[in-house]
Amino acid sequence: MTNAWTDIKNTDLAIVMGGNAAEAHPCGFKWVTEAKANRGAKLIVVDPRFTRTAAVADYYAPIRPGSDIAFLLGVIRWCIANDKVQWEYVRNYTNATFLVREDYGWADGLFTGYDEEARRYDMTSWEYQIGEDGFARVDPAMTDPRCVWNLLKAHVEVYTPDFVETVCGTPKDRFLKICEMIGTCAAPDRVMTSLYALGWAQHSKGAQNIRGMAMLQLILGNVGLRGGGINALRGHSNIQGLTDIGLMSNLIPGYMNLPRDSEPDFATYMASRAFRPLRPGQTSYWQNYRKFFVSFQKAMWGGAATAENDWAFDYLPKLDIPSYDILKMFDMMAKGEVNLYFCQGFNPLMSFPNRAKLTEGLSKLKLLVVMDPLQTETAHFWENHGAFNDVDPAAIQTEVLELPTTCFAEDEGALVNSGRWLQWHWPAATPPGAARGDVWIMSSIFRRVRALYEAEGGAFPDPILKLSWDYADASEPTPEELAKEMNGRALTDLADPADATQILLAAGRQLQTFGQLRDDGSTMCGCWIFSGSWTEDGNMMARRDNSDPGDAGMFLNWSFAWPMNRRILYNRASADLAGKPWDPARKLIEWDGAKWTGYDVPDIGVTAKPGEVMPFIMTNEGVGKLFSRKGMVDGPFPTHMEPFESPVENLLNPALRGNPAARVFPEDLAQMATGDEFPYVGTSYRLTEHFHTWTKHNLVNAALQPEFFVEISEQLAAEKGIRGGQQVRVWSKRGEVWAKAVVTKRIKPMICAGKTVHVVGIPLHWGFTGVARKGWGPNSLTPFVGDANIQTPEFKAFLVNIEPVEGGPLA
Amino acid sequence: MNKGLSRRSFLRLAGAGVAGTSLGALGFGAAEAAEVAHVRAFRLTATTETRNTCTYCSVACGIILYAKGDLKAGETAELLHVEGDADHPTNRGTLCPKGAALKDFALSPTRAVKPRYRAPGGADWQDITWDAAFDKIARAIKDDRDQNFIARNDQGVTVNRWLSTGFLAASGTTNESAWLTYKTVRALGIVGFDNQARV
Amino acid sequence: MTGRAPEPVTAAANPPVEPLEANLGARDVVRASAMPNLPAPDRSLTEVAKLIDVSKCIGCKACQSACAEWNETHPEIGVNTGVYENPPDLSAEMFTLMRFTEYDNPDTGNFEWLIRKDGCMHCAEPGCLAACPAPGAIVKYSNGIVDFIHENCIGCGYCIIGCPFDVPRISPRDNRSYKCTLCSDRVAMGQGPACAKSCPTQAIVFGTKAAMIEHANDRIADLKSRGYANAGVYDPPGVGGTHVIYVLHHADQPSLYAGLPDDPQVAATVSAWKGANKTIGLAAMGLAAAGAVLHGLFGRANRVSAEDEVEAQALVDREREGDA
Repeated sequence: MTNAWTDIKNTDLAIVMGGNAAEAHPCGFKWVTEAKANRGAKLIVVDPRFTRTAAVADYYAPIRPGSDIAFLLGVIRWCIANDKVQWEYVRNYTNATFLVREDYGWADGLFTGYDEEARRYDMTSWEYQIGEDGFARVDPAMTDPRCVWNLLKAHVEVYTPDFVETVCGTPKDRFLKICEMIGTCAAPDRVMTSLYALGWAQHSKGAQNIRGMAMLQLILGNVGLRGGGINALRGHSNIQGLTDIGLMSNLIPGYMNLPRDSEPDFATYMASRAFRPLRPGQTSYWQNYRKFFVSFQKAMWGGAATAENDWAFDYLPKLDIPSYDILKMFDMMAKGEVNLYFCQGFNPLMSFPNRAKLTEGLSKLKLLVVMDPLQTETAHFWENHGAFNDVDPAAIQTEVLELPTTCFAEDEGALVNSGRWLQWHWPAATPPGAARGDVWIMSSIFRRVRALYEAEGGAFPDPILKLSWDYADASEPTPEELAKEMNGRALTDLADPADATQILLAAGRQLQTFGQLRDDGSTMCGCWIFSGSWTEDGNMMARRDNSDPGDAGMFLNWSFAWPMNRRILYNRASADLAGKPWDPARKLIEWDGAKWTGYDVPDIGVTAKPGEVMPFIMTNEGVGKLFSRKGMVDGPFPTHMEPFESPVENLLNPALRGNPAARVFPEDLAQMATGDEFPYVGTSYRLTEHFHTWTKHNLVNAALQPEFFVEISEQLAAEKGIRGGQQVRVWSKRGEVWAKAVVTKRIKPMICAGKTVHVVGIPLHWGFTGVARKGWGPNSLTPFVGDANIQTPEFKAFLVNIEPVEGGPLA
Repeated sequence: MNKGLSRRSFLRLAGAGVAGTSLGALGFGAAEAAEVAHVRAFRLTATTETRNTCTYCSVACGIILYAKGDLKAGETAELLHVEGDADHPTNRGTLCPKGAALKDFALSPTRAVKPRYRAPGGADWQDITWDAAFDKIARAIKDDRDQNFIARNDQGVTVNRWLSTGFLAASGTTNESAWLTYKTVRALGIVGFDNQARV
Repeated sequence: MTGRAPEPVTAAANPPVEPLEANLGARDVVRASAMPNLPAPDRSLTEVAKLIDVSKCIGCKACQSACAEWNETHPEIGVNTGVYENPPDLSAEMFTLMRFTEYDNPDTGNFEWLIRKDGCMHCAEPGCLAACPAPGAIVKYSNGIVDFIHENCIGCGYCIIGCPFDVPRISPRDNRSYKCTLCSDRVAMGQGPACAKSCPTQAIVFGTKAAMIEHANDRIADLKSRGYANAGVYDPPGVGGTHVIYVLHHADQPSLYAGLPDDPQVAATVSAWKGANKTIGLAAMGLAAAGAVLHGLFGRANRVSAEDEVEAQALVDREREGDA
């Protein structure tokens, strides 16, 4: 989220598209109902199903799963055509004026540089015209045909209301009504917020769905303002934190990257990270990368990371491919290339696509280690549960360890919420049985491995033997010790660069902010964006002052938000070029003639003069990007793409299937179906009564929604002879499930490209362990392919068939 | 009650009692309630309160855990009830159907409560001690890493990666355990490392 | 004890853990079943109410979850029968239930998903209490809460017949009648009901009845501004008003909302008992109650059904013949 949950109360218009906030985030959605009740805000819902969010919406429109880009670019086209543009914002705070290279172009659904064989783009042409001064060329008048604004206008021209209706199945009148509602928020004193989740991310072009909305919000001038922004509603209590700390294949904490094979040494690594400003006077904050990186290496390897060994650069593994994400690892597993696998609080057997392939992969491991508070399906994948898990235990040679861990009620530490707040919590209960915390378990494993390397030697033991382990009790570091490491501290006295006699921070002191980091080894910091969370003043994450000056919704003294306790990212953009709030009634920060002041921590140097330093200080441009330059592997603008499995062809280019730049493994491509064999569109989702496959272990939640079901329209039910409550079989090219049928008016057939499209809704909460009735998840059916940029599996649009069943496996 | 009581005699008995009540209701007698009106004893009196955060979605609602026993005082503590924290700026005391039943997660009958081992081809779990489990894991890590560690790629570039072991990290654990997990997994050279951000 | 709990004004508060004297009890009973001559209480509590704004309700069932957790009930893990209602009905283990209605609005052409939290309405003229033959089994407190004193319950099921909203349910476990207490134990400690505390969108709020009516009027103004010309409050006069009130977008058609009675009245049979034939009526009722107890004993239906009534009447007739 660019903004905070509590900030949603400041909005004039909430659009929930690509998510279902009322069901998946009920207590955050509260702030939409507050905005409606207290400031007359409106709520729009666009969703294939009439959800429980739609039940309280002012306006609802259906959309075919997987067609969101066409809808969003249609809205952008309408806004441009109808002068619903926040011109001053667009001209000054976006790259609309930047000139793009002459050889960039788009035709037939593809951008320049596509290599069909390799399924990838050469991005060379997706670049600005760079002047002799080294800066990007701009045309403030926006008359040059090569400026981003004019390229965008041309790019969206095809997305007419008729095209949107044809592709999306959204009735034209409903689409136009929504355009009008959205268009009102181009006024400087009107603000829209976008609330989305995996409904946008879980497509082979998920990141481009989100870009479509981000671009619209820039055009409306709604980024950085109270009540605005682009708000990803994260799914798990600490998935924001896990991502911030970089627990992904290619990340280093604080959104730095592991080196690639093409960066054999530290100098090359840094050279490819020259975050030079593309416009005069801009900040491009990533210029501090080296400070963040060296301080991270010092946190990892302490004294073993020195200037002489390039700060232990070689202790980090390098990547030969963009990432070894879960899909890649399970593909390798199915090929027998993985021997050991650890699942810490993660149930992949019910979470990732093509369950048959997952089971095959797990069955080829030598050892599977599961650490979890619950008895997960993954830990029990080798057990036969009849049709619910039809395996032969005797044929599975995998050793399995199921290690019981503590849960929230029994552990201490911080979680990062969707609004980037780090909130500390305390334990209240004794763990059941032999359950222990993750820290103790990971420490125990690591220390044993280290002891083996000490005793026996072995493959490159240095990063293991020299890993910093400076804890009072080596067997179980405390949450405080670990939190302080992430915040970072001075390793030697830090002198003022302007006056060496002045010590800014004494050796051993906690950092106040990442602004104090150095690249000479004199500071350490596990996760630079968390700097300020545990300072010499104590644990900032444990703060509980809920006062809210100006009723602004910022709560600056409650917990700590990264970065620097800032609650709304890009908040400099909430004020005009001169530093005055666009909407005085919605003031966030303003320029008082000498400095920035207000309700939030300014997202700009506090004395950076308005008009000189632009609001988007993390970008090389200093402005928001309508054209993403080389940031996305599948295009600098979004373009309409069909899902890999779609009932209709891509109208822009019938030869294209799915996202042309998405990685897809050959065996999986062979398992992709067409609409002839599998005529109905399947889509997966959460229900408000459950959380993933966790709450089916809870008695009360199991009672509230006891059994796996699928939802279909009355029309499809009539066509197939299916009664409500009856058992049905749903199958795809990859697997089959049995479920109860919920026949509803909330799903209606849509007409797309002249075809009637039926949607089969498939919730994801059941499995074969727990106390609810046994069932399946949609992942028995879904295709094994992810988004081209971020590898989110395509769970929201795939093809299935359905039939009524008498006497199936359900009771 | 005695099920052997004859239907007819019971009817007379009960009917008489109820008829008496009815007459009482009409003011012909002074019927008395057997039990005086009262409300249920308040469940949270003398419990220990602890501030915590909901373990499910990213709204991160503030919660209060009510326990019998005080963990901070070194006592064994049993979770009795969970309620939204009315002081919390985001949820202001509210909770969704998952959050309101958080106690059921902590006390689930299908929680994992002891380390267990499943042998190759086995049909059942066997109990195992933590020590034995860790020894088995450490040995497996050491052997697989030594055998499959890639120090240099085909071009001779130092790459120091280990591909034959993978690690999936939790989505509900703390930053602090995530950091310790990051340190240990990366130090081993694992790149098949991921979290639940995508599902 | 560190003092007496205050009277509640909101559900948005954290409950006390220090020992406090309950501020609701026998001395606050203004009416009790089958006990007509109760002395008037020496004090009168402020009337409270729970407001359910269906236009804010997202049907999440947090109220059901919080209710089961607070009251420590154990709703059954059932099956899916093709609808979202689960458990399928109110029960002695589930005091409140979201009911879902799919409605194609003929006036606007829009589809609407109407979701209503069902449960005890805490009527000012409680039909259950009027019908109950067991002394002190149902009481009404001066703050408006209608509560069941289970020790006094004989399990006859007459409260169900007496209830115009079909709310109480007999437990197969102990053959006693159960329903929402408005969390009388929380109210006694100055707190609001668990459902209102948990409700994520604050579609359920709690306070004095006067404050709730005022809040309802604000909500109705907002709904009217959004085109719901018939938005209104549901506080039905046929039962003397209620201490659970609704804001409905279609207040002209309450029955759209899963059969919420358009004009609920205390059941005709219950009213008749208060009329000219009350002696005979009450005698019949008492015997019907006895019959119901027997049914419970012999493992049959726990509720007084129409069939039970006929059978009870036959028993009464036979008894009369026998006595004669």
